[in-house]
Amino acid sequence: MMEAWKGEESRAVAEALRRRRLKHPGEIPIVGVLTLCASVSLLTTFGIIVSLARETASFFQQVPVEEFLFRTTWQALQEPRQFGVWELVAGTVNVVLWSMVIAVPIGLAAALFLSEFASPWQRRFLKPALEVLAGVPTVVYAFFALTFVTQDVLRPLLGDRVSIFNSLSASIVLAVMVTPTIASVSEDAMANVPRELREAAYGLGATRLETALRVVFPAALPGIMASILLAIARVVGETMIVAVAAGSTPNLTLNPLATVQTMTGFMLQAGIGDAARGTTDYTSLFAVGSALFLLTLALTVTAQIIVDRFREAYT
Amino acid sequence: MALEMERPAAGAPSLRATGRVARRQALSRASYWVLFAVAVSGLGVLAFLAYDTIQLGGARLVHDWPSFLTNYASRFPERAGVRAAVLGTAWVIGLTVLFTVPVGVGTAIWLEEFAPRNRLVQVVRLNISNLAGVPSIIYGILGLALFSRLLGLGPSILTGALTLSLMVLPIVVITSSEAIRQVPSSIRDASFALGATRWQTVWHHVLPGAVPGIMTGVILAVSRAIGEAAALIMIGAFAFVSFDPVSWRDRFTVLPIQIYDWTLRPGELFKPEAAAAIIVLMAVVLTLNLTAAYVRQRFRQD
Repeated sequence: MMEAWKGEESRAVAEALRRRRLKHPGEIPIVGVLTLCASVSLLTTFGIIVSLARETASFFQQVPVEEFLFRTTWQALQEPRQFGVWELVAGTVNVVLWSMVIAVPIGLAAALFLSEFASPWQRRFLKPALEVLAGVPTVVYAFFALTFVTQDVLRPLLGDRVSIFNSLSASIVLAVMVTPTIASVSEDAMANVPRELREAAYGLGATRLETALRVVFPAALPGIMASILLAIARVVGETMIVAVAAGSTPNLTLNPLATVQTMTGFMLQAGIGDAARGTTDYTSLFAVGSALFLLTLALTVTAQIIVDRFREAYT
Repeated sequence: MALEMERPAAGAPSLRATGRVARRQALSRASYWVLFAVAVSGLGVLAFLAYDTIQLGGARLVHDWPSFLTNYASRFPERAGVRAAVLGTAWVIGLTVLFTVPVGVGTAIWLEEFAPRNRLVQVVRLNISNLAGVPSIIYGILGLALFSRLLGLGPSILTGALTLSLMVLPIVVITSSEAIRQVPSSIRDASFALGATRWQTVWHHVLPGAVPGIMTGVILAVSRAIGEAAALIMIGAFAFVSFDPVSWRDRFTVLPIQIYDWTLRPGELFKPEAAAAIIVLMAVVLTLNLTAAYVRQRFRQD
C-alpha cells in the first residue's frame, strides 16, 4: 500500500493539488487587499501620533515647556495668554473624582447583584438595560445635566451656591454614563471566580452576602480595578457632558459646586473657534490633546495588563 | 457560632437557624433587596429621562408634525426644525458604513484567517484594542489635522464620514473577529478537505456563519457614530446649515450637533426643540440597540 502511494498515483495527486491551488491566482490580490484593510488601523494610530506630535512640537516652540508644566493658570484663547495646564488637569480630576464617588459603589453593587444574587432571567433582563444606558449619546446626557440636574435638582436643593455650570451636575451624569462599564466588566471578573471558592465558603456556613463580599469580591479585585480604570478613561475622554454642564472657566479646585473646564472641554471650545493654523489657539489644542491621549492610553493599557494577569491566574 | 436547633415539643426537629446565624441570614436576605434596588435604579433613571424628554419635547414634535422634521433650523423656535441635521446624519452615517464595514470585516478576516502567526498579529490586535479606548475628540483632532486641513477636504461630509469611520473601526473589527472565531473549525476543515481554497472556505463557509455577529457589531458601531458630536465639532461641522446636502463635498450638520446648539442657547426658548430632537435621535439609537440585541439573541438560540 505505502509503496503504491509513493508511486505514480501520489505524484499525480500532488500535481493535481498543486494545479488546483494555481487555479486561483486571484487569491493573492485578495490577501493583499485584506492586509491593506488591516494596515488601516496601524495607520490610524500613526496618524494620531504624528498629527498630535507635529502641532505639539510647534506649540512648544511658541510656549516654553516649563510654563505648560509648572504654571497653574490656563488662559489660552484671550490676552494675556497663559498656558499652565494644571488648571485643566484639575478640572478633569474634579469630574473624575466626583463621578467615581457616585459610580463606583453603584456599579459594584449592580455587579455583585448580577453575579451573585440575580436569577438567570433577571440577568437576561438587566444586562441589556444597562447596555442601553451605556449607549445613550453623550450629547443627550449633556442636555440632562444642564437642564435637569442643575436647574431642577441641584439649584433648588443647594441654592445659588451652585453655579449654572458646575462640576457636580456633569459628574452625576457622567456617573450614570459609566456605571454600566463598571458593572459589566466587574461582573465578568466575578463570574470568572471559580465555583469551588464559593462552594467552599457555603460549605463553611457563610451566607450568600458573606460569600459575595469576603470571597468573590477579593478574588475578583483585579478585574474590578480594571473596570474602574476603564471608567476613569471614559470620563477623562468624555467631551460633550463636561463642555455643556461643567462650564468653560478653568479653575484649580476640586469643589464640586464650582465651574471648571476640563481638558476635553477646552479642546472643544478651541475647536469651535475654528482657529487658524500656526496660532497658539490651534497648537494649544494639540498640546492638550497630546496630554489627554497619553493619559487615556496609560489608563487603558494598565487596565489591559491587570485583566490579562487576572485571566492567567484562574485558567 | 454554634447552630442552635429549635426543638418544638412535638414533631420533627427544625433546621431553622436562630440567634447570630439567623441575623447573618437575615442580613444576607436583606442585602438581596438593597442590591436589587441599586441594580434596577439604572432603569429608573432611564425611565425618568424618557418621561422628562417626552414631557418637554413631545408636544413640540406632535403638534408641529411633520414641520419639525421638514423645517431648517431657525432663529425662531416655532419655525425651527431638524431637516438639515437629519439629512446630514443620513449622509455621514451612510458613508461611514460604506467605509467601515469592508475595512473592518477585511481586517477581522485577515486577523483570524490569513495573518501569519507572529508578532505582527499581536501588534495589530493590541493596537486595535488601544484604539477602541481613544477618546472621540482625539479622532476629531485627527480628522481636523489630516482630512480637513492636510488633504484640504474642509469641514465636508466626506471629512466627517472618514473621521467617524476611523472612530468606530475598532468596534467593527473586534466584534467581527469574535464572530469569525466562533465559527467551528470543523467547518473549515470540512471545506479544506473537499479541496476548497482558503478564500473559498472563508467566503462560502466562515463568513455566512459569522454574519449575525458581524451585523451586531455594525449596528453598535452605527449607533455609536450616530450619537457622536465632539469629533464632528472638532473637524469644523459646528455650523448653521439651511440647505439640503447633495454631495460629499457639502458642509453639513448632524442631529447631535443640533441638539448641542439648542441646549446651549440661553434661556428656555429652545429647550423644547432640543428635547424634540433628542426624541428623534433616541428613537433611532434605541431601535438600533434593540435590533442588535435581537440579532444576538437569535444567533445564540440557533
